[in-house]
Amino acid sequence: MTGPIGDETVPTLGRGVKFRFDDVRQSWVLLAPERLFVPDEQAVEILKLVDGVRSLGAIVDDLAERFKAPRELIQRDVSAMLGDLADKGAIRL
Amino acid sequence: MSAPAPPMGLLAEVTHRCPLQCPYCSNPLELERAAGELDTATWLRVLGEAADLGVLQVHFSGGEPTARRDLPDLVRRAAERQLYSNLITSGVLLDERLLAELVEAGLDHVQLSFQDVETANAERIGGLVGAQAKKRAAAAMVQQAALPLTLNFVIHRQNMEHLPDMIALGTELGAERIEVAHVQYYGWGLVNRDRLLPGREQLEAATAEVEAARIRLKGRMVIDYVTPDYYARRPKACMGGWGRRFINVTPAGKALPCHAAETIPGLDFPSVRDQSLAAIWQSDPAFERYRGTDWMAEPCRSCDRREVDWGGCRCQALALTGDAGNTDPACALSPHHQAMQAAIAAADRATASDFVYRRIGAAPKVEA
Repeated sequence: MTGPIGDETVPTLGRGVKFRFDDVRQSWVLLAPERLFVPDEQAVEILKLVDGVRSLGAIVDDLAERFKAPRELIQRDVSAMLGDLADKGAIRL
Repeated sequence: MSAPAPPMGLLAEVTHRCPLQCPYCSNPLELERAAGELDTATWLRVLGEAADLGVLQVHFSGGEPTARRDLPDLVRRAAERQLYSNLITSGVLLDERLLAELVEAGLDHVQLSFQDVETANAERIGGLVGAQAKKRAAAAMVQQAALPLTLNFVIHRQNMEHLPDMIALGTELGAERIEVAHVQYYGWGLVNRDRLLPGREQLEAATAEVEAARIRLKGRMVIDYVTPDYYARRPKACMGGWGRRFINVTPAGKALPCHAAETIPGLDFPSVRDQSLAAIWQSDPAFERYRGTDWMAEPCRSCDRREVDWGGCRCQALALTGDAGNTDPACALSPHHQAMQAAIAAADRATASDFVYRRIGAAPKVEA
């Protein structure tokens, strides 16, 4: 990351990264070059909205609405989660 | 005992053939010849079984995996079964046509090895004149194909002063990721240990370089760093624990919990020719042997890190203590830990001599 993530930032999956449901484990998995992540439920809800079209602001709005949670709280969680995955190369911001 | 959780990764060592002869190769000293390799149909079956079992990623490795003409067919099967496919290659056999076939088959990622950035030294280490230009060309082709690229540098006493330039090469070639891995001292690496194991100052300089580059390149490039066990206080969780995360299939079809496991005497490893991957993973005695913590002796048995590092590496315990059931001597709590210091001192004292290169039939007798 080169700076704070703004509402207008459109997060995308990193090149070669795949997010899919694994039938064997019955869980979502994020597959990246030579590493993989099994995201928790909250992260899964965020990652499902990372489609290369929605901005961070739109993702936060969606989650705040659906989970009836304060926008600031959601924004903090989403930024932290995506920032962490960006540092690991799984997400591009 | 309940069924083990499914493996995350399959290491498919499709061949031991390779144009390079790196003196730290992770292949066993006794290399498999082409005639003993699994056929295409068996590999296709194994890939399907891996997907059924819950494998998520398949690493096509070798030897040089592109030496197998059916590699695109294997990659295609992996893609059909949603296995994330990774090609671990030296790049020297890659051309436009083969890469296009692999891309069309659904290849997800390429890990390309460089033996050094300095051409003469790189080609001396790899034992192949002309390799460096081919590797650079391979990197450009991978970029052109828009596949994600990782550069792999195995570092050691005889190339690690070039680490800053290695990282710069990664930037130049558009790699998203660099793997800087110290030699792991099994098999060929152990044979050549005195020629490869770095001194403490060298190691500290390399570690500082990686840490600085990580900050500098944050968000642009990921640097994975594999440290040498010989300077560790605690062992690494080798393979994430025996029979916990990975299953390795050799060119001849032996299923192993790690690529060096065949060095351990008294274990009879099953073949994918005779059994399904699921049957092997779930109940084969060789996979059960060091799985979990029941097999552990002290100091592992009562250690609060026993489910963090899983006792370290069984093959290293065998190579340096004579018993694969011992605590990995990389652990400072191991009564054999001084073997690591002794090896460092021996490498510091050693006079420069030529490598023992990895060649079929060149296996020396290992002393450890």
